[in-house]
Amino acid sequence: MTHGYTTDDAEAAARLVAFALRPRVLPSRDGDYLDLAQRYRRDDAFRTLTDRIGRGLGLKALGSDRDTAAVVLAALDGSVFETKMDDYAKRAKYRGERGDTEKVLHGIIHLAIAALAFPRPDDLAQDGYIGRISVSLVDATVRDTCHKLQKKAAEGGEETDTPTETPELEKVWHAYSRRPEASRTKDERAAPNSTKAMVGRALNFLTDSGFLTVVGDPREGNYRTTPRYQLQVRELAATNAFNELLKLNVVPLTDSSGTLRVVVPTLRDTQEEQSV
Amino acid sequence: MTFYGDDEQHAATLPDDGLVRRVKALACTAPLQALDVYKHKVEWADVRDYQMAEIALHVIDQVTIAMDFDSGADPVSVVSQVARFAAVQQPQRSADEHLAVAEWVLHKLINVGTVDRGFSWTYGRIDDDGAYGRHEFDFKLIVERATEGKIRLRTTDEAINVLVGALDTDVESAQVAAEHKLRNLIERGRLDDAKVAAEQARHRTVQYGESLRQQLDATRRDVRTVDWEHEVPNLLNAALSHIENRYEMENQILSHITEKRDEADNSRHKQRAAELVFIVRDCISRHMQLQQRLQTAGDLFRSEQDRQEFSGPPQRAALDLFGQLLLPALGLTVAEALPTLMDYFRAAVAPAVPDAVWMPSIVSRLFESGPQPEPYGAEVPDPELGAPTDVLVFTEEHQRMVDGLLDIRDRPELLSLLLARARRSAGPEVARLVLHRVGHAFSPPVGDAVRAGVQRVLVAVPTGDELDDEDFGGDDLLLASLPIDRAHAPGGPRNSDRPLSSSRTPEQELFA
Repeated sequence: MTHGYTTDDAEAAARLVAFALRPRVLPSRDGDYLDLAQRYRRDDAFRTLTDRIGRGLGLKALGSDRDTAAVVLAALDGSVFETKMDDYAKRAKYRGERGDTEKVLHGIIHLAIAALAFPRPDDLAQDGYIGRISVSLVDATVRDTCHKLQKKAAEGGEETDTPTETPELEKVWHAYSRRPEASRTKDERAAPNSTKAMVGRALNFLTDSGFLTVVGDPREGNYRTTPRYQLQVRELAATNAFNELLKLNVVPLTDSSGTLRVVVPTLRDTQEEQSV
Repeated sequence: MTFYGDDEQHAATLPDDGLVRRVKALACTAPLQALDVYKHKVEWADVRDYQMAEIALHVIDQVTIAMDFDSGADPVSVVSQVARFAAVQQPQRSADEHLAVAEWVLHKLINVGTVDRGFSWTYGRIDDDGAYGRHEFDFKLIVERATEGKIRLRTTDEAINVLVGALDTDVESAQVAAEHKLRNLIERGRLDDAKVAAEQARHRTVQYGESLRQQLDATRRDVRTVDWEHEVPNLLNAALSHIENRYEMENQILSHITEKRDEADNSRHKQRAAELVFIVRDCISRHMQLQQRLQTAGDLFRSEQDRQEFSGPPQRAALDLFGQLLLPALGLTVAEALPTLMDYFRAAVAPAVPDAVWMPSIVSRLFESGPQPEPYGAEVPDPELGAPTDVLVFTEEHQRMVDGLLDIRDRPELLSLLLARARRSAGPEVARLVLHRVGHAFSPPVGDAVRAGVQRVLVAVPTGDELDDEDFGGDDLLLASLPIDRAHAPGGPRNSDRPLSSSRTPEQELFA
């Protein structure tokens, strides 16, 4: 069966993939990219060709960015374009701390960033929604949620301390709440393995990928999402993780309007913990 | 032999929460005791004479008293306050050492150097089936908080409970910590601290109000985002019971303090008590404000619900990231959560273009020499040129005149005569230079002269007489400037054909 593609079409599609691999290059700044990106939107055959070329390279085309028309790509499992957690979490091996915990904490932080950027299902579904996020919001919310899970476990009569012989049975919330939110090293620098530093690292990383932009003074650490991030989370990341969790049978059923969500969590943390 | 009744045997295999509580409380004291055990290992000073556990308790007291609600204690001021306590223990030691000891104890209490900045204690517990299992109790005593870019210290509930309260207590309860703290403060008559505690209670009221305000704002935006079924009612109940407790407590404090104020003879105590009364009254009025807002919260919810009832359903099905992903993931164990989170991470980051290596470029790069040292070193300071301190004793003119005098070709001359002539014709400096040159001519390095290709060499031989001179003393010398004859010299010049008497032991005491 022939689709009537020419070698020129193939080259153009491959060129579009090459453009899409550079998130900092935008169609508005490059005439060739703009032509190709618009063709990708209009021409279904060309879109299929591009998607297939991407797939051959180990990339999934998630769609076209609503604002900029840039094509959004994600790396498939085992692709050369994949960012490995081992590379991302270079400090995965601490003394006395298993590398898994470190990786899981980084993963949780990335998931929490998305969850707070798109708090309601609607926010993720609706094109054009822009989420706002900051380091302290992410850390405070996750910490607060961990605290609630701890309370729930304690009320349910579950053991909240980790058994000594089986450290891998430590709960994720336990690992997170055990980690300090901010700390200094012996020579008075900020420690990179505190949760706030790890959140900051993730936000910077996402900003470099074109998923977030800094709002206001960079030192205040406020970010807003780009349509590209929404597309990425909605079309691939969330579904992937969701399918994994389905296998573990731990996903609660929520209907489309009622959501499990914590709002305005910023002060909760201190309230729960504090004395007097 | 010992016999156990059935009851005792039974009791040993029953779950005992009191035992666990006390073990945990005991664990909290371990870091303090460890300070005294390991203090001899400190290398930077001999700190064995300090009572570290006492200093540690003092640190915890200082942090607890100084931390106000939102921020916490400034580590620098805590260290300097604790250093004063260290100085009380060892007044003869230096102030630097006191500071170092205070800082060391503080770092040990934070457990700086570990990833989690905390302590862990293994304890056993009997579960409901009667099986004994070991668990890790993770706790912290002092934690660091980042507030507006600054690090602030806070004591944990564990620290307050164990170190302020009794040992048999639920060490993880914030409520117990609060009560112990306040009661202690009042019983010990520490009015300043009572003031801080009352202020903290006021902070908490303000925080409840703030939290409530945010919930209500969110309700106005979208009523569905706020959990009015559990979340908000819980908040309202917590706030109400807080108000109730505080109202009671503060009225108690108020009467207690008013009494103290009226009884106090010390004018400072009186003034502080008066301040406290003022604060407590303010607390009470704030509690009342919060209560009013709590009462109207329900109305707002109902009216917003009516207003927003007709907002449309979601346009497309999407996941609830928080409820369906984050929350379940947090509840998993680390091992279970790893694949899910790795999957999420891989899908949620942008594709990274790997650095492609082109063989010719990597080869040429590998052959490249290492980074060049900086072409310019540190800046060279401009030399400051000053006049040389030592002036030449002999001028060029002197040298020339001496050269003439010493060019003794026809027949040898006596040094005494030569000196007299030099002094007479050219002056004392020239005479001195003559003497100097003649000194070098005694047993001259002929081999060097041959190698250097010199035509003539000045040779001095002692005559055996005293030098007859007004300025200088020593042996008189016979001088001659001899040619170096290379033609007859297989091994060196021969000068034995000259009428120079050879002295065996030349003495060099020319210089007076």
